[in-house]
Amino acid sequence: MRRLFIANRGEIARRIATSAVRLGVEPVLPATAGPGAVDLLDAAAVVAAAKASLADAVHPGYGFLAESPDLALAVIGAGLTWVGPSPEAIRSLGDKAAARTIARSVDVPVAAGEEPADQSDASLAAAAARIGYPVLVKPVAGGGGKGIRVVESEVELAAALATARREAGRAFGDERLLLERYVRDARHVEVQVLGDLHGSLVHLGDRDCSLQRRHQKLLEEAPAPGLAADLRAALWAAAVRLATAVGYANAGTCEFLVGGDGSFVFLEMNARLQVEHPVTELVLGRDLVADQLAIADGSRLDELGLTQAVVEERLVIGGHAVEVRLNAEDPAREFLPSAGRVVALRWPPGAAAFGPVGDARVRVDAGIAEGDEVGGRFDPLLAKLIAVGADRAEALARLGDALDGTEVLGLATNLAFLRRLVRLPVVLDGRARIETVEADEDVVAAARGDGGAEPPEWSWQTAAQALAGSAGPRGAWGGGWRSSGPAVVRLAASWGDGVVERSVMVEDELASAASPVALDGPVANVSVDGASVAFRVAPPPDLAAAAARAAATSPSGGAVAGVVRSPMPGMVVAVHVEPGAVLAPGDPIATVEAMKMEHVVRAPGPALVQSVLVRQGDQVERGRVLARLAPVQGPGTPS
Amino acid sequence: MLESRLDPASDEARANETSMRGLVEELRTQTAAVAGRGAAGDAEAISRHRSRGKLPVRERIVRLLDPGAAFLELSPLAAGGMHDDAAPGAGIVTGIGPVEGRLCVIVANDATVKGGSYLPETVKKHLRAQEIALENRLPCLYLVDSGGAYLPLQAQVFPDRDHFGRIFYNQARMSAAGIPQVALVMGSCTAGGAYIPAMSDETVIVRGTGTIFLGGPPLVQAATGEVVSAEDLGGSAVHTRVSGVADHEALDDEHALAIARSIVRHLGRRPPTPPWERLAPRPPAVDALGADGSAASLYACVSADARRSVDVREVVARLVDGSELHEFKADFGETLVCGFAHIDGWPVGILANNGILFSSSALKGAHFIELAAQRRVPLVFLQNIAGFMVGREAEAGGIAKDGAKLVTAVASAEVPKLTVLIGGSFGAGNYAMAGRAYGPRFLWTWPNSRISVMGGRQAARVLSTVRGASLPGGAWASDVERDAFEAPILERYEAEGNPYYATARLWDDGIIDPLDTRRVLSMGIEAALEAPIAETRFGVFRM
Repeated sequence: MRRLFIANRGEIARRIATSAVRLGVEPVLPATAGPGAVDLLDAAAVVAAAKASLADAVHPGYGFLAESPDLALAVIGAGLTWVGPSPEAIRSLGDKAAARTIARSVDVPVAAGEEPADQSDASLAAAAARIGYPVLVKPVAGGGGKGIRVVESEVELAAALATARREAGRAFGDERLLLERYVRDARHVEVQVLGDLHGSLVHLGDRDCSLQRRHQKLLEEAPAPGLAADLRAALWAAAVRLATAVGYANAGTCEFLVGGDGSFVFLEMNARLQVEHPVTELVLGRDLVADQLAIADGSRLDELGLTQAVVEERLVIGGHAVEVRLNAEDPAREFLPSAGRVVALRWPPGAAAFGPVGDARVRVDAGIAEGDEVGGRFDPLLAKLIAVGADRAEALARLGDALDGTEVLGLATNLAFLRRLVRLPVVLDGRARIETVEADEDVVAAARGDGGAEPPEWSWQTAAQALAGSAGPRGAWGGGWRSSGPAVVRLAASWGDGVVERSVMVEDELASAASPVALDGPVANVSVDGASVAFRVAPPPDLAAAAARAAATSPSGGAVAGVVRSPMPGMVVAVHVEPGAVLAPGDPIATVEAMKMEHVVRAPGPALVQSVLVRQGDQVERGRVLARLAPVQGPGTPS
Repeated sequence: MLESRLDPASDEARANETSMRGLVEELRTQTAAVAGRGAAGDAEAISRHRSRGKLPVRERIVRLLDPGAAFLELSPLAAGGMHDDAAPGAGIVTGIGPVEGRLCVIVANDATVKGGSYLPETVKKHLRAQEIALENRLPCLYLVDSGGAYLPLQAQVFPDRDHFGRIFYNQARMSAAGIPQVALVMGSCTAGGAYIPAMSDETVIVRGTGTIFLGGPPLVQAATGEVVSAEDLGGSAVHTRVSGVADHEALDDEHALAIARSIVRHLGRRPPTPPWERLAPRPPAVDALGADGSAASLYACVSADARRSVDVREVVARLVDGSELHEFKADFGETLVCGFAHIDGWPVGILANNGILFSSSALKGAHFIELAAQRRVPLVFLQNIAGFMVGREAEAGGIAKDGAKLVTAVASAEVPKLTVLIGGSFGAGNYAMAGRAYGPRFLWTWPNSRISVMGGRQAARVLSTVRGASLPGGAWASDVERDAFEAPILERYEAEGNPYYATARLWDDGIIDPLDTRRVLSMGIEAALEAPIAETRFGVFRM
């Protein structure tokens, strides 16, 4: 292998390139934006680009593409080396029902489940009844948590089926669904396997990835904490049996659900390296991408020093590694993806990148750099932070420190949440279950944040000091300068779902030398315990907004009570409201016509229509009462 | 180009620096006690004010100004130490700031101080702001929230020429002169106060809190027996729908301020056309902060010992662009330094005292003012003056008529004059150097300044000498007796010549940190340029 075409972008591409370079293989990274961009979802385009770049091998990365048998076929068909399992293995594992059948055949327990050939609602409902609620509805194709639904009872089934079909169809072009018994109190435990092209295969130990939000992993660790030795051994053996059964080569992962009672069921096998592979690497002291490349080039596992005995010995002394995913998402808003520019970036001191850790025992695999625009187009993953320790507690403590030493300014991230998460008892005690992120009170509170009404005092001061110099007109009339003391600037901060404003007296002394702040044009991004809060000089009061806000927040709700009168003599040509209607300012109440001109009488403010005193066709004089209004309480509270 | 000869490491420089630093620290403390009010509900009165949905006065101003804009507040320490120290800022905030890109004078009542009612200093401060608006043709924005004249002191606020009534006279005259008058009724406007909105060109009233009436509900009940609520008597609905006293109804303070900005946006504008160009501003070559240690700071250029003085060129070097002074007659009448320079890009003619005024200095100053008037260049006076030379030789040399020439020149010059008291301001020196009576557009003082008809020491000695002559024996029996006689006089002069005493009584537009001098002068000149510069006709110079 001389030139390796990496059919991926961002962090993944850099991870693979790092190992390639280490092995003396030249990495080729396709452009994914701008002119000459390669559509990484189009197998033919990827192969063409790889050929054009004179690469002799293709690594699909570890995203969606890696599980495309079409790409594997196309690559192999073009005479290039494919870094991954065979297209056949990918195909049989990619179909969940087929994978389940294979698992059963080698005595690997699977979730009691069915994949009815008849995909009608009635047939699926019957299957669900046979399995017993709660059931899990999953797409037959695909992965990554898309389209997966937990259904608690028959009542919810029809709606869940409809949504799951829609999502599955959109994501995978295949609307077929399967049903599984839902395992309560389940942990997500997976086993890494590695096979060569010569029929040898070993497991590389297990990982726990129970902390997930929206079925996507958030924190992963190796080994899985607190597993009984026999259970762990059973999981390893099951993974090896299953992979061997499909003649698996290269890196793959068998995912299991482990129930509170110590039972386990097979979920699926991912025919690729996974995002969380670094925890296994750090425990074993190996470079799994290098192993992938060597295997694809024909190396045997024993040549790579990978015998099962050696691996298991190493697992005993390898300590513990924990990874968290730093995502562009807002935990306070149900982890919705965020977008923005990475204005400033700070990684923990001494962190390694994409490879073996140094004395700091921390590794950061980052796909972002300062200045990058991060948008909803791609995966929200910005970086992975991995810490390793002699034991789990040490690894978590180190990871906490590493997160404290990390700052991402310019957009909403889950950094603040992660800082809190790795210190919560449920995590420290190794009690995390798949529901934990969504159900555990502490975790939910940590995701919501402290919920203060405003950013903390010092952050206003920090932002004011950063912004004052450039605030306002240039020269003598700027900077919020005052002849009566310190400069005053009025700032607006994006906070929670809204914007809060405050006038800040700018002090001479630095608010906090330790609190990172980064200017991005007119915006000062201040890290508030890891959350990037955007401050800017507040715009002047806006006429329309001030009126609307005043209407909504004044003690009377800004509401209007009283009567609405006809502004002129004429005929009522339309009545737009009925008694009981709630009106917003400007809503039409009635239309009066005079001199061939129509005049719409509108609500002067929020109001409740008490009574309507005219009908269409009435002749009215100027000042005639058209309707009576009562006040309505506006939403919101005075700020 | 001026170069600093003051060694920053010298004992003198360090003593000066320490002394001025202390004075500036005191200024900050005093100002914070006044201007710090209104920052986020720190007083009971303010939280009561807020609970009515009203914003504190400075919160109103910061929203009215352009975002991030500076505000040149005038006399923030007015009424300090007066009225039992219970009238911070005299209950009114006045100043100049950009609104929609246009410099406006803002006059805003602070209803948390005696209900926003007008004490004698409140009236004086309001009138001074209007005077500035008139001289510099700046639109006036009145943020009205006032109970009107302070009744217990009515004799000091109502009847005289420069009392309460003058406010409305000024409004009418300014409106006539095309200087926009805009009122925002953000609280009560009772009795006389009702005329502020009524006399304005355009008026906004806030629903629920703004009221305008000549007589409030209690007075109405007493006078006619009619029982009526404040809102029904003079609220926003009445005045915007029925009486027409106000033009715009705002739903709250912020909305009112948004409307005010919209009004200013539609005022139209006649850009001033100064007879010269503003250059690109350059900082002084000699750093006023003394940051890199190569030169002493501006603070070190003011002698801590009143009997000694530092060459005033050290001050000038730290104020003017590039520290460049085109000095006029450097070797003639050396006690008055005159020259052309730029401050923040604006051309200025500077007159700065460098000792007692002699005939030659006065003649030189008069000559220089003629030059500036002819070129229509604004004049900056840096006052540090003990007075004119006295004595037989001086009198015989005609010091009185030469001094009069300088006073005539100062009084007649139509160019904007800006005065800063950087030290003493005594006697006729005050007149010759554009003291308050000579109509400078702005007058600021440094915290070390002293102002009185003569120095306390001289005054005490004059009085004790006169008294001594009338004693039996024609002289004091002992120095101890004479000192005892002089002590209270000295004390009184010290108290009354103090800049805080002065600024409390509106003898100036505020005490400033010397380091802000460049900025306030630039602001003052820019504000002054809103008015055209008239041609100067000098009075008769006695030759």
